[in-house]
Amino acid sequence: MADLVVRLAGLSLRNPFVLASGIWGESGDSLAGAWSAGAGAVVTKSIGTSARPGYANPTVETYDRWGLLNAMGLPNPGIDEYPREIEVARRAGATVIGSVFGGDAEEFARLASRMNETGVVAIELNLSCPHAEGFGTEVGSDPRNVEEIVRAVVREARVPVIAKITPNTADPAALAIAAERGGAAAVSAINTVRGLAIDVRLRRPVLAHGLGGLSGQAIKPVGLACIWQIYGKVSIPLIGIGGIASAEDALEYVMAGARAVEVGTAVAFDGVAVFGRLVNDLNGLLDRLGIARLEDAVGVAHRAVG
Amino acid sequence: METPSTVTLRFAFEPPSAPGQFVMLWIPGDDELPMSLSYTEGRSKGVTIKAMGDTSRRVQSVRVGDPIGIRGPYGNGFDLRPRDILIVAGGSGAAVLAPAAERARAAGASVTVALGATTKRELLFADRFRSMGARVEVATDDGSEGERGFVTGLATRLVDQRSFDAVWTCGPEVMMRKVVDAASGKRVRVSCAVERHMKCALGMCDACALGPLHVCTDGPVFESDRLTAIPDFGRFHRDPSGRRVPF
Repeated sequence: MADLVVRLAGLSLRNPFVLASGIWGESGDSLAGAWSAGAGAVVTKSIGTSARPGYANPTVETYDRWGLLNAMGLPNPGIDEYPREIEVARRAGATVIGSVFGGDAEEFARLASRMNETGVVAIELNLSCPHAEGFGTEVGSDPRNVEEIVRAVVREARVPVIAKITPNTADPAALAIAAERGGAAAVSAINTVRGLAIDVRLRRPVLAHGLGGLSGQAIKPVGLACIWQIYGKVSIPLIGIGGIASAEDALEYVMAGARAVEVGTAVAFDGVAVFGRLVNDLNGLLDRLGIARLEDAVGVAHRAVG
Repeated sequence: METPSTVTLRFAFEPPSAPGQFVMLWIPGDDELPMSLSYTEGRSKGVTIKAMGDTSRRVQSVRVGDPIGIRGPYGNGFDLRPRDILIVAGGSGAAVLAPAAERARAAGASVTVALGATTKRELLFADRFRSMGARVEVATDDGSEGERGFVTGLATRLVDQRSFDAVWTCGPEVMMRKVVDAASGKRVRVSCAVERHMKCALGMCDACALGPLHVCTDGPVFESDRLTAIPDFGRFHRDPSGRRVPF
């Protein structure tokens, strides 16, 4: 049995498969469910200052098994209500990472100071939702903004801060460097890739919001390239996200430079049992490849190309 | 038009569907709603919707030839094996129960229906249940047909009177919890078709979370023992933001 434990930003995770933000994380029972299914940690839905219903339906479009386009619109119960959900997940033993989104550094910092009280082990900043006016990518695609927001949050946070950055930019490494400069303990990449679907019969976008974000296997090469480009440019650890549905996918991310990965869309396509399967399969894969510890594989693909 | 407040939409939709399953019905430019199928056989499926709020009124205003979108069918269906079934339908709950009852009758099962509504004219699918050979008992809030009172009272008396193989219920969650409570202690399996706010219908977004369950992919039909273990069942739902709100 290979050693799958991940040490990252002062945390120790039982395995590298973290439930990605936005999947299942609106309720504490669901977070607990992902944890019992075997996730190494669970990230909450992105939480804002007040309750937000999100966009009208349709909010999703699927492409066979290779992709999922969504524009949920950051629905969440708000930071006043949400701590009870975290508590439910923690009572079930889950390692919970709290995700927050804000419109500026001050709002992010306020949310972080509230997250301190909830027992989360880390705070992930949503600097990357591609379809919410005034949030996400709109505040997170400028390195100066990223640095300012991360710095303001780190000042308030009593737990490690993870900056989740966008692929919808020419230079993801610049965003990661800015996050590190601001004091982030880790960078997670990527969020969804901006996308659109049109119903030709109805001559209109499928999603009520129009633009959405693409996730799933289609974006794996995009996420891998971002991790690849960031690795070596920062000294803080990386968390890979984007189209991970198998142990091979995860190991690709690790070899590109990630220490852990987040899994989202695979839960929609394969159910939450995917976590148990990923852990099992990764054990088998590492054994077959003669890799004793997952951590030994971090970034190894870079050596092959000097 | 089924009742003064209830309308059925029929549409061409090929995928085979089981009674209990639902589709996401898209009214372009407006909204997309989870709707249980009230007609599940053949190529023309149907949904039956009661005017509750603005959105359901707008769905009712769809006219023949208007463009709509349908995705699905999603979720599970009723276990159609029981031979002696009590159906408890409140409000528009009869919409999903009628095709299940038809399937059960066609397979030779005995079907008793406790049908509730505010008033006589709002009784949904009473004739449809009768014409399939079900025994129909009625409760109306105002006593304009059948006994005066809620359908839960009628259902309680029926399960006390004799034993059924199964109880199938759909209606307001508070009502279903009462039906489950009434049947507890009897040796009868209760299946509830649960309605919750839905967005993705794929088991991803968590909007329809009910305790550890997701109504869209684990349900919408649940055996009552899974539901009674959930404190929120019949007590709290979640609004579109995910906030717990008491019924």
